Amino acid sequence: MMPASAIAFYVISGFLLVTALLSVTGKQIFRSAIWLLFSLLGVAAIYFWLDLNLLAAIQIVVYVGGIVVLIIFSVFLTRGAGEELPIIRSKRRFFSLLAVLLGFLFSAWCLWSYGFTSLAIDTPMADIKTIGRQMLSIGPGGYALPFEMVSILLLAAMVACIAIAMKLPGSDQTPQKK
Amino acid sequence: MQHIPLLHVLIVSAALFFIGMYGMFTRRNLITVLMSLELMLNSVNINLAAFQRYLYPQQTEGIFLSLFIIIIAAAEAAIAIAIIIHLYRTYHSVDVEDATEMKY
Repeated sequence: MMPASAIAFYVISGFLLVTALLSVTGKQIFRSAIWLLFSLLGVAAIYFWLDLNLLAAIQIVVYVGGIVVLIIFSVFLTRGAGEELPIIRSKRRFFSLLAVLLGFLFSAWCLWSYGFTSLAIDTPMADIKTIGRQMLSIGPGGYALPFEMVSILLLAAMVACIAIAMKLPGSDQTPQKK
Repeated sequence: MQHIPLLHVLIVSAALFFIGMYGMFTRRNLITVLMSLELMLNSVNINLAAFQRYLYPQQTEGIFLSLFIIIIAAAEAAIAIAIIIHLYRTYHSVDVEDATEMKY
């Protein structure tokens, strides 16, 4: 008889892997974006199961609320949502499946032969107050400098997005249909 | 969660990574390549969170590394979508095989 938390873990990981597989093999691009959304929700459920509530909340807000919506927007902006993706050659599919299976088996064998032991499972977690203080601390072990650098990175990304997607007035915008 | 060994969480994360890699190999549409990339980044985050929770629950390094990866992934997705929109405007396609201007 398995305890409830173990059953919850296997259910969550099965859901996560099946939706991820549907997302990378789906025929319609909009549907695979929706499967990606469910897969990212499964990752958030894994975080909740690991008691990392802050990380799970950030995962839902940033990935599910931000990135997937951005991807769906770009699907609508570039092509028809119900359009079928082209069929890939079976030779390429076979060899990529082979590479992926060999890589997975090799890394699983490496993990299994290392034999991880969980040391400190019963000690209490660092709470959110500690995390928040450490994020803005400039003392030893503080993350104030990466925090500020990430804010500069986000500003640069915002400016770069506008600069890339802007239609320049003098540039040649004639379509080059191949 | 004492009943699940750390190995099972790591195996799930490795499986998610290789599913993303399969999508990366087989897809030819830039948006779906980006989606596979997000799956791979998420598997790395699961790894870091699991190590933090199982081995060093008093520390916060795993949470912070995952947090910065999520932030950088958001910036990367925004840039990628700007590039995709520009590519679509130039070539009328988001297929990676069609963008051959810098290939040869």
